[in-house]
Amino acid sequence: MAERKDLTAYERVLLARDKDRPTGMKFIDGLFTDFVELHGDRRYGDDPAVVGGIARLAGRPVTVICIEKGSDVREHIKRNFGMAHPEGYRKSLRLMRQAEKFGRPVICLVDTSGAYCGMGAEERGQGQAIAENIIGMLSLRTPTVSIITGEGGSGGALALACADRVWMLENAAYSVITPEGCASILWKDAEKKAEAAEALGLTAEKLAELGIVDRVIPEQSDDWDMTMSALRDALAGEVSKLCEYDEERLLAERYYKYRNMGVNGQDW
Amino acid sequence: MAINKDFFKKVLNLNSLEGEPNAKSGDEAEAAPAPETVVCKGCKRTIAKDEFQRRLYVCPRCGRHMSFPPRERVLALADEGSFVEFDAGLVGKNILDFPGYDSKLDEMRDKTGEPEGVVTGRITISGCPTAIFAMNPDFIMGSMGAAVGEKIARLFDYATAERLPVIGFTVSGGARMHEGMLSLMQMAKVSGAVNRHSEAGGLYIAVLTDPTCGGVTASFAMQADILVAEPKALIAFAGPRVIEQTIHKKLPDGFQSAEFLLEHGFLDTIIPRQRQRAGLYRLLSLHRREDGSYGRA
Repeated sequence: MAERKDLTAYERVLLARDKDRPTGMKFIDGLFTDFVELHGDRRYGDDPAVVGGIARLAGRPVTVICIEKGSDVREHIKRNFGMAHPEGYRKSLRLMRQAEKFGRPVICLVDTSGAYCGMGAEERGQGQAIAENIIGMLSLRTPTVSIITGEGGSGGALALACADRVWMLENAAYSVITPEGCASILWKDAEKKAEAAEALGLTAEKLAELGIVDRVIPEQSDDWDMTMSALRDALAGEVSKLCEYDEERLLAERYYKYRNMGVNGQDW
Repeated sequence: MAINKDFFKKVLNLNSLEGEPNAKSGDEAEAAPAPETVVCKGCKRTIAKDEFQRRLYVCPRCGRHMSFPPRERVLALADEGSFVEFDAGLVGKNILDFPGYDSKLDEMRDKTGEPEGVVTGRITISGCPTAIFAMNPDFIMGSMGAAVGEKIARLFDYATAERLPVIGFTVSGGARMHEGMLSLMQMAKVSGAVNRHSEAGGLYIAVLTDPTCGGVTASFAMQADILVAEPKALIAFAGPRVIEQTIHKKLPDGFQSAEFLLEHGFLDTIIPRQRQRAGLYRLLSLHRREDGSYGRA
């Protein structure tokens, strides 16, 4: 394999989608202890593509929410390949509000090709569910950290990533549209996916440069234990720091972080 | 860039919908080209363009609500002379050096006569002041880039400071992919501004028009206190084509229409274009106190 820093954007997209990459629940196992899963959105159902609950991060109780793709065929199907329905987003918001009530920080682990595009999802308000999550995260009175671990697919990822800190693994890909989708819409040729990946600026490095991602988490070649243990230490440190902030500062900094998105380099 | 000034002359107030067109000056009468026609996307019948414009881009035969240029829309809703535009010169740059985006922007500016994909400002409706934004369906499909997000966020900031309501007409294919993740982040940016306006007690009425899709549906279109739509508007997260490709089935007629969303509990009401001025006035006045202010005491 080439030196990872030399990878093209599209090669990173392929790594982000790699079937051997740890999925959300593997990250929960690797980063937290004492995980208790909590189910259901209290509105309609329980979405297996979104897994959430309470756990400890270096001893501190936190609420953790991940998008789970599943790691074998049976699990892929059960988890709908990590494409959440509105129930998944509503469950996550319920757990975030619960975290706020009990003063727990919230950690979201994002790995999804996008919110599910199906009839049931539309009937039950996929757009409304994501919209409510975004506003919910922006106004949550407790610290939040989101980590893009694999694919960050557009609005379905953003719904769990309007956080105080957004971190991204080195070979994750966070994009407004898939490179294939972009190439086929703009250039009528899905084969131009590598050019599209480059143009979309979807790598961790580029997004850090744009101020969209706050920290890039190095991947220790294929040693996921090492990667996770370094990530756990960094995360515990950051959460401790955020827990020192008073609520007003936390909310104001979060507001301005997003309010200033896209302002750099413009003439206004 | 040339901003088309003609629409100021063409637009009629909604109140005079059934009346005669505005008297034309001699210059305009001379310059008038041969009668242009448009074909209704609903019933496919041919309509004289001036009649169509006079009827606010609603087909006189079948009632189909066709796309309404945002500036004409705002002027049609506003009391005469009340529209004050904000950030008219605020335009986006090609920050990512996305191939072809600069020429696309030039092309869109020529085609629409507008510098960006949204018009913002303040108006009064029968004397009720309100902040207003209207997105542009013809500007890269009403897509949301950094400038569109910034203009709408500034409008909410202004309305929060001035304790004004916001009326927002949405029409969008979603995020503007030429701006990559900066475009997606506008969903969060505008949502933050909507939230501050709401927490300060501000009223936000969204009017969802055909089509409202993607990231706009999944953010500020759905975050209003009162959700209004135009008849038969397509309102979706994923558009019908994307769903059909995903599930390999044809969608039933009317799926994701405004009527469908109303039935499923995702809209407050549907108001046809001809009645929007009266309907929005009534909603504004129900939130306005005797001293003329809005919001919490």
